[in-house]
Amino acid sequence: MSAKEVAVLGVGMHPWGKWGRNFVEYGVAAAQAALADAGVAWTDVQFIAGGETIRNGYPGYVAGASIAQALGWNGAQVTSSYGACASGSQAIAMARAQILAGLCDVALVVGADTTPKGFFAPAGSGDRTKDPDWLRFRLLGATNPVYFGLYARRRMDLYGDTERDFAQVKVKNSRSGAANPNARYRQTYTVEDVLASPMVSDPLRLLQICATSDGGAALVLTSLEYARKRAAKPVTLAAVSTVTPRFPQTIIEMPNFATDSAATLAVPDVSFKDSIARVAYEQAGLGPEDVDVAEVYDLSSALELDWYENVGLCKPGEAVKLLRDGVTSLGGKQPVNPSGGLGAFGEAIPAQAIAQVCELVWQLRGQAAGRQVEGARVGVTANQGLFGHGSSVIVKAS
Amino acid sequence: MAKKRTPAVAGWFTLDAERPVLLGTRCRACGTVFFPREETFCRNPACVSTAFEEVELSRRGRLWSYTNNAYQPPAPYVSPRDPYEPFAVAAVELERERMVVLGQVVDGVGIADLEVGMEMELVIDTLSVDAENEYVVWKWKPAEGA
Repeated sequence: MSAKEVAVLGVGMHPWGKWGRNFVEYGVAAAQAALADAGVAWTDVQFIAGGETIRNGYPGYVAGASIAQALGWNGAQVTSSYGACASGSQAIAMARAQILAGLCDVALVVGADTTPKGFFAPAGSGDRTKDPDWLRFRLLGATNPVYFGLYARRRMDLYGDTERDFAQVKVKNSRSGAANPNARYRQTYTVEDVLASPMVSDPLRLLQICATSDGGAALVLTSLEYARKRAAKPVTLAAVSTVTPRFPQTIIEMPNFATDSAATLAVPDVSFKDSIARVAYEQAGLGPEDVDVAEVYDLSSALELDWYENVGLCKPGEAVKLLRDGVTSLGGKQPVNPSGGLGAFGEAIPAQAIAQVCELVWQLRGQAAGRQVEGARVGVTANQGLFGHGSSVIVKAS
Repeated sequence: MAKKRTPAVAGWFTLDAERPVLLGTRCRACGTVFFPREETFCRNPACVSTAFEEVELSRRGRLWSYTNNAYQPPAPYVSPRDPYEPFAVAAVELERERMVVLGQVVDGVGIADLEVGMEMELVIDTLSVDAENEYVVWKWKPAEGA
């Protein structure tokens, strides 16, 4: 499937934090870092794909154009994508398709966000009684951590996972995040620290739930021919999966009040979250056994364990064994979230899926000082947003 | 003066004092049941029906999972009391519909009282109040006689 690959020639980020500045600033900083990393001038970029942010007014909805204007209009083709937490991957998918279709050689992908403090609440104003995202807060008080808490409690009941296991995920990721200059939270924690933090949505505590952050991330994607004139062995993008669920979807998802009914129709063989990575593996001609490093969406510490199973690192119910055996820690066979994950970053929605790819590229190049997965050659990402969005990206060393 | 008992959302549940039920819809062509009610296009990808009939959902189910809100959720959530008190949220699996339905758990039933697999039943209870109205919503509570 190498004919379907493009090169990741450059990556760049603006550090995550709570900076309170215009999201465009973070996007421009990340874009300039990625362009410098690639050795490509902005004026040579032919296509810019932005991940949208919905909490920053009109400029956020047209993020691709807002950042292009700030970089200086250069006549590039432009697009902006929204797919909740998968917005960044949708921007990546757009740029990749343009290159694979032969419509351009050089594309810039960028996502950036400025977030409000505290819980994410529905964007916009006024009573919206037809909008499930508004109604779930109104009728249920169902915040995002409520859904994370339901999944975590379910793991405890089904598989015997414990609160200490969930805390251990945070402990593991805090060690990696401490070495990441782009991470917002750089301190390390013990299991006792985590279990002493305030309960938010039982069994999940404050230190196990990802914060909302400001940040920006960018990639320079190019055709393989273009890249090989500039880099001996560029990291390549081998798959981008942005699949929707299949009906009936039997796992409760944000922002829904109920699952689909499975009373009259056969349940799909593969669950939604399993299908996200499975489609990426099919595109890349690879399998979970080929994965050296993974960046997965630890919106809560317990959700990281779900992903071990969903991306195929183990069978359902076996994630805690991987964690306890150190398989997913730095130095283990398949380290997960060497960046520190969302636990160390907090979520900057349209930047997050792009940031996952930045980390994997640094890992595959051997540039992840202090958190390096030695000899990593294949990396996979996974994320999931609401309203049926999710994504998985696979990158390879060449 | 007694406040007016007003559904917080129209048409999703009955106000029957003894045996309230959630109201969903069923596709007249393929029979798929929907909650919240689907009334425009059937969401079964193999069905193009636009005709639905109202159905009552099972009043009882098994607790699939549960959690709580230790902190007050942001607006548009409105706390029925000040200061805020934490409440539990339940995901309940309905056997006949093969569907999991979320709901708040009634006052006085906390995390320590819940266990995955226990039988739960539907009640109608206060969501919030204003000067004239008591807004009500469906909630789950451990089933009587279970």
